[in-house]
Amino acid sequence: MSPLISHPHAGSIVAFCADGPVTRQQFLSEAHQLAGQLPEGRHMLNLCSDRYRFSVGLAAAILSGKTSLLPPTQTPEVIRQVREFAPDVFCLTDNRQSSEGLSRLDYPAMLEAPADEIAIPQIRSEQEIAIVFTSGSTGIPQPHRKTWGALAESVRAEAQRLGAPEGSVLIATVPPQHMYGFESTLLMAWCNGFALSHAQPFFPADICDVLSRVPAPRVLISSPLHLRTLLNSGLVVPALHHVMSATAPLAVELAREIEANLNCPLTEIYGSTETGQIASRRPTSGPAWQLFPGIRWVNENNGLSASGPHIDPPVVMNDVIEPLSEDLFLLHGRMADMINIAGKRHSLSGLNHLLNSLPGVLDGAFHMPEETSDVTRLAAAVVAPGVQPETLFAALREHLDPVFLPRPLLFVDALPRNSTGKLPHSALKALFGDRHTWTVPKNHPAFSGHFPGHPVLPGVVLLEEALMRIADGISPDRYEISSVKFTSPAGPGDRLHFQHKTLPDGRMLFDITSGSRKIASGSLSQKS
Amino acid sequence: MQDNQNSALQKEVAQLMVECLNLEITADQISPDAPLYGDGLGLDSIDILEISLTLSKRYGLQLRSDGADNQQIFGSLRSLCTHIAAHRTL
Repeated sequence: MSPLISHPHAGSIVAFCADGPVTRQQFLSEAHQLAGQLPEGRHMLNLCSDRYRFSVGLAAAILSGKTSLLPPTQTPEVIRQVREFAPDVFCLTDNRQSSEGLSRLDYPAMLEAPADEIAIPQIRSEQEIAIVFTSGSTGIPQPHRKTWGALAESVRAEAQRLGAPEGSVLIATVPPQHMYGFESTLLMAWCNGFALSHAQPFFPADICDVLSRVPAPRVLISSPLHLRTLLNSGLVVPALHHVMSATAPLAVELAREIEANLNCPLTEIYGSTETGQIASRRPTSGPAWQLFPGIRWVNENNGLSASGPHIDPPVVMNDVIEPLSEDLFLLHGRMADMINIAGKRHSLSGLNHLLNSLPGVLDGAFHMPEETSDVTRLAAAVVAPGVQPETLFAALREHLDPVFLPRPLLFVDALPRNSTGKLPHSALKALFGDRHTWTVPKNHPAFSGHFPGHPVLPGVVLLEEALMRIADGISPDRYEISSVKFTSPAGPGDRLHFQHKTLPDGRMLFDITSGSRKIASGSLSQKS
Repeated sequence: MQDNQNSALQKEVAQLMVECLNLEITADQISPDAPLYGDGLGLDSIDILEISLTLSKRYGLQLRSDGADNQQIFGSLRSLCTHIAAHRTL
């Protein structure tokens, strides 16, 4: 048993909302009020976007012995799957969120807290308070059950690493429904006597506004993407005690800049939906991660699994891990099948399975380009004659969080499968290589001798590039240029963009542009 | 005159979006009234954050979620440009 929240006094602040601070007494009163209004089902989908309301909803569910369901995203398809998993599910909402036909409870207006002090509820360690879902390789979300004891344990360890004093205020750019936000904002605040900000600031100016409305000491819980944009905005950020980052690896240079500019330490958190957070590091102090107390690696089958009092059975991590000592280790990227975009994970085989199950798709594959920054986008190629790109996108959007929508989505005649039918990574990579843009090198050999002092790329070079980039991946050597019109010269340093579309008769029209300037256009036809 | 200025700004913003987000289309293929989110151009929140940074540098304005209805600002290229024109400092 341990207390639901560890704030020492009835008047301790548990949250900062738009209209001011909320005391422990008020919070407990509202949790009891809401618990009395929850419908019968044992499973609750908490869609509240306001972090304080989400926390009241979670507390009310715990008090009534209900389990909160946390799917990775809220697409119509995922909500259907959640309902299949738990037919008694109802949802709690605090705005116009679509509940996709689920029975719903709108967040109610609350009464003032009574004068008599409300006791802090004690929660059994083995009580199941949440089920989080990961996207499985067959497209069916996989449930992971979380008990109160396991979650409370891990966020106490996290707070020790932060060294933030009681009464610190947590401000987060990540949603409470995501495992990182769930642990690092909600439970961290509850189990360590911190206050949480109700807001989920998005733009850099929002982050600064929210920070300026709460007292110090402040802890910002965020992601590399938000931290980079905050840093690049040039805005003056109110004083911070600590910054936390998770969801994607943080480049050490960015970590250094953040610490220098925000004048506070930055801690990175490592974990997974299955295990919760298990380790942390300060990137500016070195590359090694330190496991939280009680967690250790065990060798299982062919890989390392995380094990601990609350991770039982052990869980295989989707990353390549190199232990350095009992509790220190290095991370060397992800296993090939796992994709992580801005903290949202999906299995590549699951995405391919989905793509190939869409109407009209004969063959298709997703491709994850090498990660070069904090956000890398997926690409995909499909063989789907007669299917419109918009139709395919709409079908994908029905099933996938938008971050997984491919960019680009190439329509091809055939995928570059080898003789055994396999799709080598190198062949896919070549298919998606940066074929669509080309920055004309300043020292391109074609410039010497042509138009001295006013270098212009010869048309024949442009056409060669166009043929190579457009026909490549469709059927090299089968196309020739049948017509062309040059409208504007291309010179050194110009960033050219190649585009094409296929006509019903098999001809392809292409366009070469640079910014808003059209450089050339024409058509390709199949060699007879 | 007003219309010309707006259409010049729309062209410029469309071009910034194509370059900043590596979109697979050209600037003049972004229809001024098609939604930027979801079914239209298909941008997501990561894109919106990226483009907001580019816009803040180019036009000296900070986008906010609560100041105005964000969904409406990013409702279309036209509404985004109206917002920029009203709030730009550069």
